[in-house]
Amino acid sequence: MTDSAQITELNPAGTQSQEIDSLLSKNKNYKEGFVTTTTVETFDKGLDEATVRAISAKKNEPEWMLDFRLKAFHHWLTLEEPHWAKMLYIPLDYQEYSYYSAPECSACDGSTGSVGNEIDPEVAKAFAELGVPLTGEDSNVAVDAIFDSISVSTTKREDLLELGIIFCSFSEAVHDYPELVQKYMGTVVPYHDNFFAALNSAVASDGTFVYIPENVRCPLDLSTYFRINEAKTGQFERTIVVADKGSYVSYLEGCSAPARDTYQLHAAVVEVIVLEDAEVKYSTVQNWYPGDDDCKGGILNFVTKRAICEGKNSKMSWTQAETGSAITWKYPSCILKGDNSIGEFYSVALTNRRQQADTGTKMTHIGKNTSSTIISKGLSAGRSENTYRGLVKILPSAEGARNFTQCDSMLIGDKCGAHTFPYIEVENATAQVEHEATTSRIGDDQLFYCKQRGISEQDAISMIVNGFCKDVLSELPLEFAQETEELLSISLEGSVG
Amino acid sequence: MLLKVENLQAQIDEKQILKGLNLEVKAGEVHAIMGPNGAGKSTLASVLAGRDDYEVTAGTVDFDGEDLLELAPDERARKGLFLAFQYPVEIPGVSNKLFMQTALNGVRAEQGLPPLDMFDFDEYAKDKIELLNMRDDLLERSVNVGFSGGEKKRNDIFQMALLAPKLCILDETDSGLDIDALGLVANGINTLRSPDRSFIVVTHYQRLLNYIKPDYVHVLYDGQIVKSGGFELVHELEEFGYDGIIQKHEQAQ
Repeated sequence: MTDSAQITELNPAGTQSQEIDSLLSKNKNYKEGFVTTTTVETFDKGLDEATVRAISAKKNEPEWMLDFRLKAFHHWLTLEEPHWAKMLYIPLDYQEYSYYSAPECSACDGSTGSVGNEIDPEVAKAFAELGVPLTGEDSNVAVDAIFDSISVSTTKREDLLELGIIFCSFSEAVHDYPELVQKYMGTVVPYHDNFFAALNSAVASDGTFVYIPENVRCPLDLSTYFRINEAKTGQFERTIVVADKGSYVSYLEGCSAPARDTYQLHAAVVEVIVLEDAEVKYSTVQNWYPGDDDCKGGILNFVTKRAICEGKNSKMSWTQAETGSAITWKYPSCILKGDNSIGEFYSVALTNRRQQADTGTKMTHIGKNTSSTIISKGLSAGRSENTYRGLVKILPSAEGARNFTQCDSMLIGDKCGAHTFPYIEVENATAQVEHEATTSRIGDDQLFYCKQRGISEQDAISMIVNGFCKDVLSELPLEFAQETEELLSISLEGSVG
Repeated sequence: MLLKVENLQAQIDEKQILKGLNLEVKAGEVHAIMGPNGAGKSTLASVLAGRDDYEVTAGTVDFDGEDLLELAPDERARKGLFLAFQYPVEIPGVSNKLFMQTALNGVRAEQGLPPLDMFDFDEYAKDKIELLNMRDDLLERSVNVGFSGGEKKRNDIFQMALLAPKLCILDETDSGLDIDALGLVANGINTLRSPDRSFIVVTHYQRLLNYIKPDYVHVLYDGQIVKSGGFELVHELEEFGYDGIIQKHEQAQ
């Protein structure tokens, strides 16, 4: 039995508040937009087999890693760039990007570049400005800081290692834990999965590797901060999180980039493996530079994130706040293989100006009594397009599977679009699948009501928007939630007064 | 004089609604504006509060010595003009507490007073919740979401009590209320009456007025006030209906 997709679209027509629109069209205050100037080693732009070999050589990689890259590269050459998403972009010229860039000071040790004492002072300054602690003095969180193609610092590694927890950059893991990397890399997102996953597999720069051993509850939040600095470069993060039986970890990632008038490319692959009785909570605040009003610059964000709930009673939870990027193409997904396993997806996606986002999730139910929850809040402002695209797939083996999906869109202004494409495929008659969707407009009525109580327009918009997203924000770790609330306000900021 | 409206003319979508309206309200007075459907009652309330769907084409409004029409809606509110809505608006996910604490602290800032923190706010709100007989969990609930019609109207009067405005405009606050809710709303209004607070009560029916006994009653018809009087005018309307008064007005012209 297959339910055909319910498709709703809403393109608002002309009558709505010009005022909000003009408010939002003004240049927003992207405070992460500064540029770091330091000595860098950047590969010449262009991509061929020699580039792939050079990246691997730069990172001093073992033969098996180079083989993986080459296999992926040759497969990538046979693929075509996908354009099925509800967004328009000119096919990218992959020869126009550089595929490796690293601050020299850290690159000088040749391989992994992450010795804490040797951080380039300019890079350290950049992270300080972004509020990312590199010294490890902040006790609640361990940080892996990634600058363009390499990890520059990973804090608290020794403390964590005492508990058997591995938290290091992906490049280091290739050297130090080759058996674990080989065991898991490509098992959730194979190199041939899709165009961007293949590209990533070929030119993977850096990312984070996390392994939580059996029955260990990670006492800190682990986090990675991704910074793209160099113009016209790509960042191809590769992250693997493995939660062994009965373990728990909360992992956070944050992203930003300078305001540049050329596109920067970000094609990431994240694989999460959750074994029996384990739980992973994966939170993202994505604040890549969104480009300006005229579609100039911004990050092109093509991401493949997927988790497998391999064991019984395992649980995977994705929470994302997407406010940046010129283009977002991202569907963090769960394969619910273990019986009773649980998948969750909580998302806030805000688009403003000329941003285009096509994001959602895939929940694939294989095991018995698996359940999934999807809560998606899409906010569109300016002249942006915001699309939710989701697939709930119940396979014949998934006896007693359940899904609940709630998908709400809010329009701010009258030149943006909100679209919903929820696909549901059910092949087991015992499944229960619920879908709720709403589309609303930030009402003139709501705004006037707030203003009549003495609340300024800016505060009113921020209040209404945060209220709309509350169900998702409450899933984020506290500090992240606050940061996101502020980010939502800033992203919608005009210059009132 | 708290409010002085002279020759006010306003239109919406190029349709003239207010056609030269005059009204004077002194501090402490309660004025009722009555009239048939389509007379311009709600337009008057909306124009005074600054809803931008309406365009003021002529006239002046002086509010406590300031040109009201020059002020943005949120400035008017912070300076003490309050509108109780005919249809109070729902704001999902925003608690009454966040909403009203933000509003109140805006008003306090305007008055040069320090903001209230969440504890002081709770304390300040407590007896007002009781006054309107609101549920104990009112402050945690989202603004007007899941409220019955009567609860929404009471919530507006609760907000009015919190903000302690100089001028309260009630736009058909009595519409759709059952007798118990009407009693609570009227009691709330009467409790808030004071020598330095004025009211403009816009209504279609006299039943709310029987509870709150206005000082002056005006009949609004076709964008103008065609008759003014004391409370006795309510009874005249009861007896003759709007038609009688309107006919007399049209004959006089």
